[in-house]
Amino acid sequence: MKLLSFLRPKSTAPVARERLQILLAHERLAMGQTDLVAILRQEILATIARHVEFDPERVKVQLGGAGSMSTLEIDIELPATPMPPADRLPPRRSNAA
Amino acid sequence: MGRVVVVTSGKGGVGKTTSTAAIGAALAKGGQYVCVVDFDVGLRNLDLILGAERRVVYDFINVANGEAKLSQALIRDRRVETLYLLAASQTRDKDALSEEGVARVIGELREMFDWIICDSPAGIERGATLAMRHADQAIVVTNPEVSSVRDSDRIIGLLDSKTLMAERGERMEKHLLLTRYDAGRAARGEMLGVDDVLDILSIPLLGIIPESDEVLRASNLGAPVTLNEAVSAPARAYLDACRRLMGESVPMVIPGQKKPFFSRLFGRRAA
Repeated sequence: MKLLSFLRPKSTAPVARERLQILLAHERLAMGQTDLVAILRQEILATIARHVEFDPERVKVQLGGAGSMSTLEIDIELPATPMPPADRLPPRRSNAA
Repeated sequence: MGRVVVVTSGKGGVGKTTSTAAIGAALAKGGQYVCVVDFDVGLRNLDLILGAERRVVYDFINVANGEAKLSQALIRDRRVETLYLLAASQTRDKDALSEEGVARVIGELREMFDWIICDSPAGIERGATLAMRHADQAIVVTNPEVSSVRDSDRIIGLLDSKTLMAERGERMEKHLLLTRYDAGRAARGEMLGVDDVLDILSIPLLGIIPESDEVLRASNLGAPVTLNEAVSAPARAYLDACRRLMGESVPMVIPGQKKPFFSRLFGRRAA
């Protein structure tokens, strides 16, 4: 069989399979991270909102990193004079600050 | 209450519309009430594959926007009387479909039919996400080819995150439909095999549709392949897939698989 193999084109499917496995391992991780950012964002905002009033539009949550290090960047713009914690205020009707 | 199935793939040209028509027609031929819905606004083709292109008066968008009643827009197939089509609009763009409109129409269809089969547009934009949004289960159409497998993987991720089922915390049932499969090329290592694709995507296999001239011939005539040439290899593969969709356990055969030339010649030694 081996002697005759030069008569046939080299099989390419194993290469395709390996390339896909490597690529998708990376892409699934990256997709998972965007979900992670969404979850982190939601939970961080919920925690902070219990204590300080802020504009949810003015919040940046980013997952970054280089090489083996990952960083989580959270940028929240707080009002000049921090409001008292929400639990000391009368209940709010909506989310609007 | 009918079941809503989305036929999706990410990549274009892999056989979503062909498969929607073939599966819809096969289910209807078995006595089920089926509505096939085209979500590809602006590039509709399901009407053409079903041979109903000259019968579209009102479309999905007309119904979603309240300009027509659902009963006015549904087109009954001339061959199988339990098969209906809801066509997409050819003149509007994809933003013309409102989320509320789609939800209302799908809700009405659920009351009327056993199966609502949604033909998704290619891509991951609004049309595709709307098509999958209300689904109870998904058929992921994939060709044994790297770009199609990659796009299918992405779509599976979206099915698990952007659908109403996912948002309710439920897991959507997903089936792989491997289309344009050439068993000979796969055996020679020129094409990804069934096992390769299953290993990579890890969702259960609904069927393997062989690459076949019958598919093009049926589309030329405007007849789903399961109605046009019901005994052809692709039609039989689609019929088996439908039985599996109905919950039957049907043994999986790889259509057109032959022993490679050398193993036929040398028997076991070369295999």
